[in-house]
Amino acid sequence: MGIIKAFKLGFDYLKYDEDGNVQDTQRAVNDVNLDIEAGEFVAILGHNGSGKSTLAKHLNALLLPTEGTLWIDDTVTSQEPELWKLRQKAGMVFQNPDNQIIGTVVEEDVGFGPENMGVPTEKIWKRVDESLQKTGMTAYRHHSPNKLSGGQKQRVAIAGVMAMRPKCIVLDEPTAMLDPNGRREVLEAVKELNRQESVTVILITHYMEEVIHADRVYVMDGGSIVMEGTPKEIFSKVDTLKHYRLDVPQVTLLAHELRKSGVDIPEGILTTEELVSALCQ
Amino acid sequence: MSIELKNVMYTYSPGTSYEIHALKDIDLNIPDGQFIGVIGHTGSGKSTLIQHLNALIRPTSGTILYNGEDIWADKYDRKTLRSEVGLVFQYPEHQLFESDVLSDVCFGPMNQGKTREEAEAEARKALSQVGFKEKNYGKSPFELSGGQKKRVAIAGVLAMNPKILILDEPTAGLDPKGRDDILDQIAELHAARGITIILVSHSMEDIAKYVERLIVMNHGETVFDDTPKAVFSHYKELETMGLAAPQITYIMHALKEHGLDVDADATTVEEAKRSILAVLNENKSALLKAEGGCLDD
Amino acid sequence: MIRDITLGQYYPADSILHRLDPRTKLSGTLAFIISVFLFHTFPGYAVATVFLAVMIKISKVPVKFIFKGLKAILMILMITVVFNMVLTPGQILWKWGFLKITREGVDLAVRMAIRLIYLVIGSSIMTLTTTPNQLTDGLEKSLRPLNKIHVPVHEISMMMSIALRFIPILLEETDKIMKAQIARGAAFENGNLIQKAKNMIPLLVPLFISAFRRANDLAMAMEARCYHGGDHRTQMKPLKYAARDRIAYCILAGYLAIGIAFRVMGI
Repeated sequence: MGIIKAFKLGFDYLKYDEDGNVQDTQRAVNDVNLDIEAGEFVAILGHNGSGKSTLAKHLNALLLPTEGTLWIDDTVTSQEPELWKLRQKAGMVFQNPDNQIIGTVVEEDVGFGPENMGVPTEKIWKRVDESLQKTGMTAYRHHSPNKLSGGQKQRVAIAGVMAMRPKCIVLDEPTAMLDPNGRREVLEAVKELNRQESVTVILITHYMEEVIHADRVYVMDGGSIVMEGTPKEIFSKVDTLKHYRLDVPQVTLLAHELRKSGVDIPEGILTTEELVSALCQ
Repeated sequence: MSIELKNVMYTYSPGTSYEIHALKDIDLNIPDGQFIGVIGHTGSGKSTLIQHLNALIRPTSGTILYNGEDIWADKYDRKTLRSEVGLVFQYPEHQLFESDVLSDVCFGPMNQGKTREEAEAEARKALSQVGFKEKNYGKSPFELSGGQKKRVAIAGVLAMNPKILILDEPTAGLDPKGRDDILDQIAELHAARGITIILVSHSMEDIAKYVERLIVMNHGETVFDDTPKAVFSHYKELETMGLAAPQITYIMHALKEHGLDVDADATTVEEAKRSILAVLNENKSALLKAEGGCLDD
Repeated sequence: MIRDITLGQYYPADSILHRLDPRTKLSGTLAFIISVFLFHTFPGYAVATVFLAVMIKISKVPVKFIFKGLKAILMILMITVVFNMVLTPGQILWKWGFLKITREGVDLAVRMAIRLIYLVIGSSIMTLTTTPNQLTDGLEKSLRPLNKIHVPVHEISMMMSIALRFIPILLEETDKIMKAQIARGAAFENGNLIQKAKNMIPLLVPLFISAFRRANDLAMAMEARCYHGGDHRTQMKPLKYAARDRIAYCILAGYLAIGIAFRVMGI
């Protein structure tokens, strides 16, 4: 069984009236099945409001399902009395870099997770040193987070998660508030962790360019998973993606348009090199 | 209604060890009715530049003229200037505060001294021009989606009837559909009101699609100021500034290198498609002709 | 600009005072404050002055930084001095209308001024040589006994350190909101007091909403990183007394003894 598995997962947001009675329920996640293997790089795509962030919060037990079951490393989240023990297995990086850094000094922030887990002092230092090195932030360890760029702050957040030695790391739109350089920087760091440390990565995003290198892509719409496959399979369905308020990288779009005009090239072209070799054979 | 910047310099914390020259000797002329893009990496001075245009920041030296008048002259009415040069900041959350959408949009016009009725008329006009549905006028701005908040924020500035509208990264945080919708709306506004639009963006693809003039900022200086096509042909220099051309530019250059005689200056998918199809058809007919020639022999 | 205000006025340097345990510095500041009230004669003040001068010297903080803190209390200082001078009954030195300055008044005013100035300088030396984080750590550990009477010491100190992290962020945000509203024609300076308060609404509403959103996000981020209160929590940088702290405590004890001796002997 995979490291994270969901079976018929459903979640309702409840709206209360002034007396505290449930007034309205809103289905945010509906009948979701997932099976994510250890070491995989999985991307979850979806427009704003498609339920992808709500799903993400289930993956490290910040939310518990209304119906269905979610397993993190063979433990059912709704049956674990001490949820923080699950959270150290599946770490989470959020969208806003400012709102997830707790420490006033970079290295102290990275140490926050291990401190909460009760790791002895010398071992905390070892973990902090390692995590900073893995994310390339060692040179900034004594800096104040406020003085860092957005991309650097997100790398600190990733280091903070890595220091908990999770099996899996969930990134909930980690690049949405960054400029293109920051986006590249964070993505590189994540890819590196997946490759070098074999950490399972679940990347939630609406930037299509970021999912090209994923092993597998899920597309969400209206709280359900509507597409699943390799990036190539997903991106060969340009019109379906448009219907789900998403788009494809420009190179894929160009190839798609050329194909529609009768040029004989394959669907699902993801890189410039592929297009060039298809056109100039 | 032109803005003119002459030798504008701006220095943060002058005389201290934190001194930063955010703008260095900027000369710029913004005539009526243009759709201008501004790009530059974070810290290149582009935010500082746009805040000079509506007198939120006073230059350390140099002059800024609006319709030929120095906006930092003693008795110059900067409040009126700010309603003529509207600036919409990146995060709508920084300006929305009223309990309903309509009242929020009325805030600007009422600050101009209009009555509630007049302000509401302006607000309704602005909201409909940004494509915000009337049935949602009574909603709280805080329960709207990201794209809708952005529209209300733009309407809030538009309701003051600016002659120039500056938008700082209007698509940040929106999903692809939301991004396209808001940019189309801005382009429509440009056409409908005939106002000057200055669009600050990180997305080269968006810039290539919409603007007619592109200003590139780097280290507080304007490095390029030309049509997007002309600017993107310098894609190698853009890369040294931490910027890039649209992906299409790279594709076209790669194709050309591999012997396909396409228009390397194409910057949008549409242009690229046309150019590639034209070249392919030409090659095909050339090939047919060659084959035909063979048959004749 | 608002963000020019510096908070947590730590001055980075490498001095023996910087390296002392924050708890030692907290006790030291407390001892100094007590001494300022124990001394009530000029020879006593002279001892305090010498002590303070030595501390400034070994802190390696430039003197002008230390005196900067006095600017903030200048108004309070003036008011205290003037009120003490004119309101204390006694031997009249100078009289104009109903205003009179007495010898006792001048005497009291000078004492009050000295105490106030020394208090501010004394605590400035502590804040200048201790990072805000060390300070909260020191407070948490020193106040831990209060846990027994159900004072949530860990939570309070966690709140303080989070506040320290978010103050600069919120100040910057205030700046941005003000600009966004000024661009919509808002005026923050015009009008009378009520008008001014009303003008603040377009600034305060977005600021509060943002602060709540940040608090919400942060709470979730802390939970995601296994935060579950202060129990069973280890520390990356636990406070440990070193030899220098023991020496510092001895010096402090000696200094306080002088203060008490002076008081008892009536010097």
